[in-house]
Amino acid sequence: MGFLDINNATKSYGSVQVLHEVDIEVEEGEFLVLVGPSGCGKSTLLNMIAGLEEISSGEIAIKGQVMNGVHPSKRNIAMVFQSYALYPNMTVGKNITFGLEMHGVEKSTRDAALGDVAKLLQIEQLLDRKPGQLSGGQRQRVAMGRALVRDPDVFLFDEPLSNLDAKLRVDMRTEIKKLHQKLGTTIVYVTHDQIEALTLSTRIAVMNGGYVQQLGTPKEIYDTPSNLFVASFMGSPSMNLIPVTVRVEGNAVYADTTTGDGSPAALAFAAPSEVLKSYDGKTITLGIRPEAITDPEGADRNSTHIQSVETMVEVTEPAGSDTFVTCTLGGQECIARMRADADVQPGQKMPFTINMEKAVPFDPETENRIA
Amino acid sequence: MAVATQDSAVRTGRATRFVLYTVLLVFALFYLLPLFIMLVNSVKPLGEITGGSMIALPQTWTFEPWAKAWSEAQVGVEATGLRPYFWNSIRMVVPAVLISTILGALNGYVLTKWTFRGATVLFGLMLFSCFIPFQIVLIPMARVLGEIGLAGTTTGLVLVHVVYGIGFSTLYFRNYYAAFPTELVRAAQIDGAGFFQIFWRIMLPSSGPIIVVCVIWQFTNIWNDFLFGASFASGSAAPMTVALNNLVQSSTGVKEYNVHFAGAIMAALPTLLVYIVAGRYFVRGLMAGSVKG
Repeated sequence: MGFLDINNATKSYGSVQVLHEVDIEVEEGEFLVLVGPSGCGKSTLLNMIAGLEEISSGEIAIKGQVMNGVHPSKRNIAMVFQSYALYPNMTVGKNITFGLEMHGVEKSTRDAALGDVAKLLQIEQLLDRKPGQLSGGQRQRVAMGRALVRDPDVFLFDEPLSNLDAKLRVDMRTEIKKLHQKLGTTIVYVTHDQIEALTLSTRIAVMNGGYVQQLGTPKEIYDTPSNLFVASFMGSPSMNLIPVTVRVEGNAVYADTTTGDGSPAALAFAAPSEVLKSYDGKTITLGIRPEAITDPEGADRNSTHIQSVETMVEVTEPAGSDTFVTCTLGGQECIARMRADADVQPGQKMPFTINMEKAVPFDPETENRIA
Repeated sequence: MAVATQDSAVRTGRATRFVLYTVLLVFALFYLLPLFIMLVNSVKPLGEITGGSMIALPQTWTFEPWAKAWSEAQVGVEATGLRPYFWNSIRMVVPAVLISTILGALNGYVLTKWTFRGATVLFGLMLFSCFIPFQIVLIPMARVLGEIGLAGTTTGLVLVHVVYGIGFSTLYFRNYYAAFPTELVRAAQIDGAGFFQIFWRIMLPSSGPIIVVCVIWQFTNIWNDFLFGASFASGSAAPMTVALNNLVQSSTGVKEYNVHFAGAIMAALPTLLVYIVAGRYFVRGLMAGSVKG
């Protein structure tokens, strides 16, 4: 039994099922991020937790109490909306305490709670203003204040940062993370931004097409994506997916591929499983993160399975902190992340080192990871 | 400044402008002429009207016709002037406007934020009431008013106007609230506000422009209505419009044109006042929702 239990919850509109048997247990103090492309059902799931949408089947429980059919205001949850949804006719102070007022909390208690929250979020000087007079970042704080003041069991965030400009978004991201570390609250957070998901969460549920594709810690999701969708959705630039042929030689397993000019190259798997060996002679998809392909000096020194492939540099894209280098492997464009000062020139032929400890094989038929 | 406008703006020829303004001026004068004649003749003794030109300014200024129209003229059986009928109209228009506006706001709120199966169809049917000609419902309406004992009363007229007004007021509020962010309603729900709390505390305070539009529209229509007034509230319960007609149409005695003019202006004043006070919100309210912000 978790703190927030989502038990085989489904959602259908008429005959269209938009959410298929979602099963997630959230522990107290966890920061769960639901991430996926638009239309994947993540916001629907959040609204079902909030009680704004009915659950078609299954159940959702908070602190062991089944919440099906319970009114949103009686679930002891608070929600931060994408548009912030501040009441335009009320001052910031009124906005924050409106929920307490509706729950029949006395004025003196309300004012004390307002003072605490305003101090925590540093919005004391804004309390008498109307939402229309605030900047985007300030509105965001007020919206969080409105959620915090209720001291709810679960916080729900619905893409709260997507209306902010790039710099403010990064700042607010850090701030939300700080707040979570300080208060230790349970948070369910919806976003389509995979970086937000990786940076904020303690666990991530990657969703697509109404299914939870993978549920795990950011590291699990990033290092061992369970299928091709998760592999390509999480990470930027996304994982390189190269067609290779499996070749078993005794205990060693090789991935045979070609370089840019068509000459053959063989990459030895770090710790081949028995299942992988059964793919002998078949073509599979090999997923390699850009940072696992580097120049020889930038290779991970702790890795015992560095493989080198000589191929041509096609394009270099200096991005300040890194340089992205495009080459061709197995007939596919491949992006390598190198140090900013790596000495590479387009057209130059050089050794690319591949960290095979980080390579993930996928079955191209089922699109699932070969365990 | 002049340089900037000449260089940057699209230039219209001087001659074109001259013609344009002249034509506009002529039209403006043409439309103002009736008002001018009404005002001028309402402050003249009757002799000056019957004996001379209607357009001339009065030689003797007198407010006698105004006083007479207000409190002495023979409208009904008694020589009461228009005063009691003016109050009849006020007693009719104020509750009718308030009730139809509040009901329209509630309808709009439900149709956009608490939608149910068939909401669109229901809204379509309500819109239909905007296009039903008054004449069609006269007989059924008279029958209903008779059945519930409101025939010939101001209360009956209020009911008729509320029923007719709901179509338009619902249309206004539904379209206004359709652009109102639903997330606000959801946030209020999570905050624990109920159906009416959300309506009073969140929706209505943000509905200023559309309330003004609705009030102006309803006030003008209900105040100016003649057909329902004449059909359902004759005699001492008649509204201003019917009383004015009775005053002007009276077949006994001399036609006192100056008194008629004064009476006509009195009948038109409240709507004029509403336009002057709230007119700028009218345009703003009609535009609201079409442009964001």
